[in-house]
Amino acid sequence: MNRPAPRRREKAQVLDEAALDRALTRIAHEILEKNSGASNLAFVGIRTRGVTLAHRLAAKIEKIDGTSLPVGALDITLYRDDLDMRGAPVVRGTDIPFSIKDKTVVLVDDVLYTGRTIRAALDALIDLGRPRMIQLAIFIDRGHRELPIRPDYVGKNLPTSRREVVAVRMKEHDGEDRVVIEEPEDA
Amino acid sequence: MAWTRKDLLAMRDLEPGEILTLVDTAASLEEIASRDIKKVPALRGKTIVNLFYEPSTRTRTSFEIAGKWLSADVINFTASASSTTKGETFVDTAKNIEAMSPDVVVVRHSASGAAELLARELDCSIVNAGDGAHEHPTQALLDLLTIREKKRHFEGLQVAIVGDITHSRVARSNIHAMRKLGVTVTVAGPPTLIPPFIGELGVKVAYRLEEAIRDVDVIMMLRLQHERMAAGLIPSVREYSRYWGLSLDKLQKHARPDVLIMHPGPVNRGVELSPEVADSHYSVILDQVSKGVAVRMAVLFLLAGSRSSEGQVRA
Repeated sequence: MNRPAPRRREKAQVLDEAALDRALTRIAHEILEKNSGASNLAFVGIRTRGVTLAHRLAAKIEKIDGTSLPVGALDITLYRDDLDMRGAPVVRGTDIPFSIKDKTVVLVDDVLYTGRTIRAALDALIDLGRPRMIQLAIFIDRGHRELPIRPDYVGKNLPTSRREVVAVRMKEHDGEDRVVIEEPEDA
Repeated sequence: MAWTRKDLLAMRDLEPGEILTLVDTAASLEEIASRDIKKVPALRGKTIVNLFYEPSTRTRTSFEIAGKWLSADVINFTASASSTTKGETFVDTAKNIEAMSPDVVVVRHSASGAAELLARELDCSIVNAGDGAHEHPTQALLDLLTIREKKRHFEGLQVAIVGDITHSRVARSNIHAMRKLGVTVTVAGPPTLIPPFIGELGVKVAYRLEEAIRDVDVIMMLRLQHERMAAGLIPSVREYSRYWGLSLDKLQKHARPDVLIMHPGPVNRGVELSPEVADSHYSVILDQVSKGVAVRMAVLFLLAGSRSSEGQVRA
């Protein structure tokens, strides 16, 4: 079943380009602090924008610490709990070109909402091997959790209402680095 | 392009965008074959019935593995061991199976149109796994996936399909799919095995192997069924092999050095393909078989995974 996405308008800007970059730099430092350096770390981003954020974090860490960390891309379509409700799933493929066994994997996504995506990502990741530890880095935590999941690193906590949408826009996909809140046009 | 169909019956029905959605989805699923644990939970709780009225090892096994890797329950129903021998009709058998609530029925039958008949009669999704001389869509899809991996694109490619075109559902499905994707197709074979009016499908016809394989990117050799000789369509297997069999010598003399040799299997070694060609670096026959699993996963996933219950669509 394919319903056209409802039209949305921008309600407010949350982060501009500089603020977005500062938040990423802070998360990179926190990752290094919490793990006492970059040894045995690997990034896995959830498609699509989680992968882009993971690459940016890896670049930050390389700048700070000089260590080049591996980055993988995880597609969770095959692990969703709501396949029947969504229709026409698009599988974009998992591409993790390194072993995650015994690594500390930092799972990266742009927005944390119900927690269902992360639940699916944890299952998908563990099917690929047994990491020593999984940590969760989220750019925007907008609340409304439906599962007991909490992030280890957060770019920004952003209380929202359920009818709003948080859009993390990134140059690689959207031509700009910005975080905005959108709401349906009929509101 | 979003997948919205209930069934996969024929390549002829599909839009180019739908064909590419199937090929892209299959390409994304290929990595599952290289995992230690070859299982994803996508179709957990779904039931797939393989309803096969013709002998088939490769296709049935391929659908079975595909379903199992996606965590579906796969049941094989082979007609010879079943109620058909007790006189039950095809549609009655299918309705009995449907009463057990499968999500997808994969059907192979010697009668053209069998899959379409079931699609009309049953509410579950139907996949055509070969119906008579009509179509075999998943074979065409795995051929396309193999070609795209090696040649990177479709538009402008030249493909020769050689052998018994008249009785080949593989040829029919490939012709329809390839024409939609901008591939130039030449069919070749003895005149008795080339259907009249085949040109109406938008293909060229060649009556000599050497002419058909010149400058093409892909040569697809079809299996010669032994019963064609009994039917008087070819004088002898030896003569067929002399004129239409692909030997290494003919291949190197007339075809491009980067040509791909494909065959839907099972190969009659020494008839349509010489063993040296079947085992040469030109041959991608085993790639076709492994891609078959990815393609069937994609088909099962898109059909069973996209069936939405009205009113439950989430934003």
